[in-house]
Amino acid sequence: MKDTNKKWAFIFVAANLVLFLLFFAWPALLGVYYSLTEYNGNVATFIGLENYINLFQDPSFYKAMSRTFLYTLIGVPLVYITSLFVSVMLTSNHTKGKNIAKIIFFFPWLVSPIVVGVLWRWMFGESFGFVNFVIQAIGGNPIPWSSNGDFAFIVVLFATAWAGTAFNMLIFIGAIISIPRSLYEAADVDGGSGWQKFWHVTLPSIRSTSFLVILLAVFNLMKEFPMVQSLTNGGPGTDTTFIVQYIYETGFDQMRVGYASAASMVLFVILLVFSLLQFRFAKGGKANE
Amino acid sequence: MNSKLNDKFATTMLTAALFIIALMYLFPIVWLLLSSLKPGNELFSYPLKIFPDNPTLDGYAYSWQTMEFIKYFINTLIVAVVTTVLTVLASASCGFALAKYNYKWLNAFLICMLATTMLPTEVIMNPTFSVILNLNLYDSLAGLVIPSISTATGIFMFRQYFMTVPNDLLESARIDGANEGKIFFQLMLPIAKPVAITLAIFSFQWRWNDYIWPLIVLSDPNKYTVQIALRSIVGADNIDWVLLLSSSIISLVPMIIIFIVFQRYIMDTGATSGIKG
Repeated sequence: MKDTNKKWAFIFVAANLVLFLLFFAWPALLGVYYSLTEYNGNVATFIGLENYINLFQDPSFYKAMSRTFLYTLIGVPLVYITSLFVSVMLTSNHTKGKNIAKIIFFFPWLVSPIVVGVLWRWMFGESFGFVNFVIQAIGGNPIPWSSNGDFAFIVVLFATAWAGTAFNMLIFIGAIISIPRSLYEAADVDGGSGWQKFWHVTLPSIRSTSFLVILLAVFNLMKEFPMVQSLTNGGPGTDTTFIVQYIYETGFDQMRVGYASAASMVLFVILLVFSLLQFRFAKGGKANE
Repeated sequence: MNSKLNDKFATTMLTAALFIIALMYLFPIVWLLLSSLKPGNELFSYPLKIFPDNPTLDGYAYSWQTMEFIKYFINTLIVAVVTTVLTVLASASCGFALAKYNYKWLNAFLICMLATTMLPTEVIMNPTFSVILNLNLYDSLAGLVIPSISTATGIFMFRQYFMTVPNDLLESARIDGANEGKIFFQLMLPIAKPVAITLAIFSFQWRWNDYIWPLIVLSDPNKYTVQIALRSIVGADNIDWVLLLSSSIISLVPMIIIFIVFQRYIMDTGATSGIKG
């Protein structure tokens, strides 16, 4: 009996096992190997750690890396706060028309990253965009949204928050509606204000959900690529070029496959460290559940 | 009395705030839609007008002629539908095995699947490209379908669901003489229908909106998916906005239809909690 079950278990996981070996294990090992070679798509010459040594002395790598960190550092709290704020509003007893509002907030989930880029590029066009039109109509000077690196960065953040709210909102609403009513009733008896209830009841109760949302957001922002490619194409200059775009351009446009793979490995280690840190924190959070 | 008045006041204020924010979220998409209905000469003429003076569908006719949308739609639909069906089957069976059998190697495999979320394709594009070349999948729609079948998210969704199914149910089916394959297909898969539908919707959205796989795998414009076709417009040195605006709206239509049909499965937050975007 047991034996046939073993056979069946293998059959059930077989498809995913094969795909895991082909499209995860193989590329991962190949990536490690490439990162130790000089490889332009034809011949790979083993050069040891030279790629890594060059990478850590390469200002363009540092720039892409630091821009990505800055983007994640500002973007993740932004996505977290906007999604949580929207979710609290949508679960409040004091709001009406929740269903319509929820659909509006969810809509960006349907929009592909490429089209998100198009939308915001169109909104923030320097000479033709709606935002600059409004700024001029109220007497301001047009803002160089695409020719100034800092402003372009801000536009990317806007687009990120807009696109990232929908899904996280669903996760938050799910968590908030499962908080026991009795906790809020107890707070009412103690005369707690809305803000106090949020701070002392809602926020601690959704702690593990918060960790999940932050972990997913960190991952999504660290590997942002399609949306920015259509929004700014990494520009002006390389001011909004993040690490995945850097890897893509190095590996495919310049055909420096070994060098790009070394950058991939560095990114992998960073993501790994993030998730290990996160799991530690999340475990700490479980005790409260 | 006083507190009731306060309540009413709070409700009015918060509802107003909610809808002001909602309108801010809605505006970019409405602006894109309204702009796409403007004729080319109105598009850039200052002062901008919110509503087009002479609304026209010329932009749509133009992009329908310029871009071979039917071709891109068919390509993308094939990829999205085939991948989605295979993803649901592979994830359901794998999730079932991980939930209901207890072998050491299965636990090890679960950890492997966790690891895939940490090293996504975006991170190792070049080596993935080499693998695609080696497997003879380059420039084929199969090259988009096959690698995308496996998803850790889908496997975890089914695993979590099947863990809540009582083992007695399986045992009694086994006593009745059903083999494991029959138990899975005739008993387990039907009761996991809500999970299957939720995953199917997500998988379809992932594939319809996917950019990175087609970017790596495709080179022949005849095989382009919708997103890659859009990218070819937005990546041009001089963006043809008339073409881009209407094409972007056209590309949204299938997802909007899916949303309207399956809305309750998507918005049912209980089912979607714990899925990554």
